[in-house]
Amino acid sequence: MPSLREMAGKDTAFAPGHRMCAGCPVPIITKMLTQVTDYPIVAGNATGCLEVASSIFPYSSWKIPWIHTAFENAGATMSGVEAMFRSLKRQGKIERDIKFVAFGGDGGTYDIGLQSLSGAMERGHDLVYICYDNGAYMNTGIQRSSATPLGAATTTTPSGTESAGKPQFPKDLTAIMVNHHLDYVAQASIHNPVDLSHKMKKAIELDGPAFINVLSPCIPGWRIGADMAVEAARMAVETRFWPLYEVANGVYRINYRPKRKVPVADWLFMQGRFRHLRDPRHAEMLDKIQFLVENRWERLIRSEGRES
Amino acid sequence: MKKLVALTGNGAAAEAMRQINPDVVAAFPITPSTQIMEDFAQFHADGRVKTELVTVESEHSAMSACIGAAAAGGRVMTATSSNGLALMWEMLYIAASMRQPVLLTLVNRALSGPINIHCDHADAMGARDAGWIQVFAENNQELYDNLIMAPRVAEHSDVRLPMMVAMDGFIISHCVQSMHMEEDERVRDFVGEYVPRHPLLNTEHPVTWGALDLQDYYIEHKRGQHQAMVNAREVIRSVSKEFSERFGRSYDLFESYRLEDAERAIVAINSVSGEIKQVVDERRDRGDRVGLLKIRVFRPFPYAEIREALSGVGIVTVLDRMDGFGAHGPLFKEIRSALYDAVNHPLLVNRVFGLGGRDLLMRDIHELFEESRRDLEAGRVDKLFDYLNVRGG
Repeated sequence: MPSLREMAGKDTAFAPGHRMCAGCPVPIITKMLTQVTDYPIVAGNATGCLEVASSIFPYSSWKIPWIHTAFENAGATMSGVEAMFRSLKRQGKIERDIKFVAFGGDGGTYDIGLQSLSGAMERGHDLVYICYDNGAYMNTGIQRSSATPLGAATTTTPSGTESAGKPQFPKDLTAIMVNHHLDYVAQASIHNPVDLSHKMKKAIELDGPAFINVLSPCIPGWRIGADMAVEAARMAVETRFWPLYEVANGVYRINYRPKRKVPVADWLFMQGRFRHLRDPRHAEMLDKIQFLVENRWERLIRSEGRES
Repeated sequence: MKKLVALTGNGAAAEAMRQINPDVVAAFPITPSTQIMEDFAQFHADGRVKTELVTVESEHSAMSACIGAAAAGGRVMTATSSNGLALMWEMLYIAASMRQPVLLTLVNRALSGPINIHCDHADAMGARDAGWIQVFAENNQELYDNLIMAPRVAEHSDVRLPMMVAMDGFIISHCVQSMHMEEDERVRDFVGEYVPRHPLLNTEHPVTWGALDLQDYYIEHKRGQHQAMVNAREVIRSVSKEFSERFGRSYDLFESYRLEDAERAIVAINSVSGEIKQVVDERRDRGDRVGLLKIRVFRPFPYAEIREALSGVGIVTVLDRMDGFGAHGPLFKEIRSALYDAVNHPLLVNRVFGLGGRDLLMRDIHELFEESRRDLEAGRVDKLFDYLNVRGG
């Protein structure tokens, strides 16, 4: 595994000059693509922040081959790309090995693209799907998704006299992908580049389908300062809202165990989207979030070391 | 040697796909096109094609995978019907705008709802503005021939557009007809090798496909797409000519059947043309000057050629196998538009027929010609628009 210093010396796949928001951590992931592996990579993208901000014609930030077709189909589009590779390889028209990576936000992955993702993974394409989960449809202006945390205010789940923000706990997409019995599934975070780069390398270099769910705080969506993305991600992991773990061939491994129990409120209240929960009227909501976070953590602990 | 074989329309499509031997096929089953993929999957299972077969989980994913595969750099085919094409709708436009020559066999079936599995043309007509070349077939032979010609047209450097080749669901797809099948080698020689353009898999020369295209460039790209469709017309003609020289069966943008001195004509698409030809023959035997114009190429629509072919006719009955709901049928609108610039344009009548597989019988076609005779004698159209063969209509 290359060290961070070695990685930093390698060319990135993602050129500067893109139009991502100041402080957006998603380029941390895209820059790593060619730094974690020596395989040539072809990437695909669902419609979303990363796609629109990296490919405004006639400019492109992508220094590797890249394709975007629509919102709900990064899995299917890249299935086709990978299938053509297999066909041409078998026919002797391509010599080298190539690896394939698809990107989608939580909108393109948890919601509108879930079927396409599921199909691509089930069919066993040699494809890594990386979801950059920023917890809402940020590209269209912060509407709720099924990844949006319980209690978060979004433009379609605003807080108000009759509302404490989003009324549902997020869907556990990583668990859904684990239950596809893939070769490799991981949950990672942009604040921990060592863990993230290890996971990306493993996922890219194995022959078969893999999925990584990466927590990527959104500056305007989470209502945090432009210098706060890394800290907000770190706190999501410390409070166990977003455990770092991996499931390789059915075996769970929790990659990071917070040393002390940090209340989830410490993470919530560093973000403007949960500000309304400070109102004592919403005390029950806070308790419920803490309960659900602990519940999922306990379930993860029980799964560790067991076959999925 | 060409062989005389008995195949269903679906079987003919599958054989053409086997002979074309695409690099990738991605498809999802839907009645009545399912047999195409079943037959092709068997060819694949028996090692008779080099194709990578992607058995996707929906038609939307089928077209998405086709676009991805084509952009990766190879020949791609699929097949679908009805709601399957409707589910692809978003991706049809993207395939065309990305100029990927994806080839699709469309087995025409009514759109839901109500759900119905039988033939009409609502599926194809819903895609008429998507930027795909659309070619129709009266019978199994035409379907097979159109498919063999499709790669040459779609992949031509002046065109580079996706192309759908259509036949009527059940009436043709499930009907065994005798037809000529050419030798594999001769077909492969005619079709030729695929020439990729800016393939994704060339990692030495990275390309960005599907960039965000705003008000400073979008309209130029659309103008380029328009030009490709304009160019397609002559390419279809030259490929059809070469096909005819090679295999002996002739095709043009449409078929004129006993139209030269006709005073009354019907314009139709697909299988119903077979019955109309029979009726035309019967009436011609009695000295009645009637004829048929059968559409082959619907996109690009051959306005000038059709204007010329119909300008001497007194009255034209246009048969649409779908309703425009609040508008005339789509074929009628094109024909009327084509004829507007004719010096002496014929009277025009629009009839909707056959929705959801309702048969049109020989006596119905005779009645259409009787009706057009009455209108022509009166010098005016009695009823511009009507449904045929409908209870309570």
